[in-house]
Amino acid sequence: MSETATHRERGFLREAFANRSFATGTIITTLIVAMALLSFFWTPYDVTKLVVADRMLPPSWDHILGTDQFGRDVLSMIMVGARNSIAVALVAVGIGMGIGVPLGCWAAAKGGYIDDALMRANDVVFAFPALLSAIMITAVFGPGAINAIIAIGIFNIPVFARVARAGALSIRPREFVLAARAAGKGPMLITIEHILPNITTLLLVQGTIQFALGILAEASLSYLGLGAQPPMPSWGRMLFDAQTRMVVAPHLAIAPGMAIVFTVLGLNLIGDGLADLLDPKLRRRR
Amino acid sequence: MTAYLLRRIVSGLVTLVVASIVVFSVLEVIPGDPARLMLGMNATDDAVQALRVQMGLDQGFLIRYFHWTGGLLTLDFGKSYTYSVPVGELIAERVTVSLPLALIALALSTAIAIPVGVFAAARRGKPADTISMAVAQVGVAIPNFWFALLLVYLFAVWLQLVPAGGFPGWQAGIGPALKALILPAIALALPQAAILARVSRSALIEVLGEDFIRMARAKGLSRNAALWRHALRNAMLPVLTILGLQFAFLLAGTVIIENVFYLPGVGRLVVQAINQRDLIVVESVVMLLVASVILINLLVDMAYAVVDPRLRTRA
Repeated sequence: MSETATHRERGFLREAFANRSFATGTIITTLIVAMALLSFFWTPYDVTKLVVADRMLPPSWDHILGTDQFGRDVLSMIMVGARNSIAVALVAVGIGMGIGVPLGCWAAAKGGYIDDALMRANDVVFAFPALLSAIMITAVFGPGAINAIIAIGIFNIPVFARVARAGALSIRPREFVLAARAAGKGPMLITIEHILPNITTLLLVQGTIQFALGILAEASLSYLGLGAQPPMPSWGRMLFDAQTRMVVAPHLAIAPGMAIVFTVLGLNLIGDGLADLLDPKLRRRR
Repeated sequence: MTAYLLRRIVSGLVTLVVASIVVFSVLEVIPGDPARLMLGMNATDDAVQALRVQMGLDQGFLIRYFHWTGGLLTLDFGKSYTYSVPVGELIAERVTVSLPLALIALALSTAIAIPVGVFAAARRGKPADTISMAVAQVGVAIPNFWFALLLVYLFAVWLQLVPAGGFPGWQAGIGPALKALILPAIALALPQAAILARVSRSALIEVLGEDFIRMARAKGLSRNAALWRHALRNAMLPVLTILGLQFAFLLAGTVIIENVFYLPGVGRLVVQAINQRDLIVVESVVMLLVASVILINLLVDMAYAVVDPRLRTRA
């Protein structure tokens, strides 16, 4: 990397952290990811160990967030649940990007019938209320984390295809793309060398939004019993279990919900911050 | 404009046909024979086979597809495997819960979001703007079913103002029925209102920077008059787009919210039907929802022309 590039990057980072949304979002998200990673090595208690004598204890020094109906430590379950939520949403975004971005770029590069056909196919997917279809898919192929990933991932594909196509179309008429074409580069090479680097940030913003939506979708699916299966703790499932015990142990409904809100909030703040930083028009207006 | 709308109608119809093929094919691969499931494990093979013939399950994929779509077009959705009543009746009954729920939620979310958006945009950069947008940011992050649980705890368990779930039916009177729908509607509406408020605010801020607003102000219009009379109308396009999208979200949202509140709506019907392998019900409900999403998007496109006269002349 050249010296000026490092310089420019450092400048961007400094500017990024001066953006309140981005900085707050990064701190929140880092804490949650750290919590998920930590759960691989350490949790306050073993989440698979049932201690019936300790069931539904309110928060105390021994169990900061209390215990559930089987006497499991809620904080430990939240930590392991974070792992599950993040993994499902992240892989679903990966599927959406991995398939959607090439499709979008392809549509933009080819135009004509291919573009039309791909965009109509997109419309079909958009016509399905995403959550309903995710429920249908997990119901058909059986509940579980893997099927939840696929169900959420499928609906990320058209989103990324659309963003990539719009981005690519706006870059294509630019001089440097024309120059590359004049130099004899094919559409594939132009897409990889010139278009993709210029729409990365756009995709990144969309990626954080879809990541946040993925967390919400995973929580909804596991609330309906269609996500990760017990004994694997998941935030949505914890809320489902809490619902019937609302009167005796309201604390059970608080922690998983807060975990979802903070994760989604952190990601949305990063997305907002990034969008602000990347949109010069918006920046001038501040 | 007519050409544009015609094109939109045709593409909506194409989407509908493709969607019907997708729905039918996906549900074909569901494991488990509906006839066997209905009769139970102890039924004889002959009985199961007889029922398969009666249900038309012995026919080929294409024949059954055309039979099904033909039925949809004449509003004959077939008979539910589990309830043994016409699917049309079943859906019609459930729609009387889901549609009012979605509409109340839509009305609530619009009634909250647009004033908040206007309020924030008019005070851009001031504390009032920062606070309302921070609240909206949190609102976007709240899962509706969790919000629903909190509402149940506060208003049903603690204050005991409304029932925690269930639906007395419209025959019990408008009051009790609305009382049962109000918490679910709020749970559905608030996260959507947060999104809509953010969109309204940014659309308005965009418009407020335009020359014609400066012109209106220069002509002596007050800030508020310029905002309500000129800016809001011009900011409606993105707001309408989001409203259209939100209706789809609300429909999907009813699926989960109806399960939280044990409401006998379309959403609960479809989840139960999936669990009972009542394919014909699942297919019909999903197609109904897809059709309404397409229809709403079409209506939104038409509404553009009403809001923005410039689009009427453009082909």
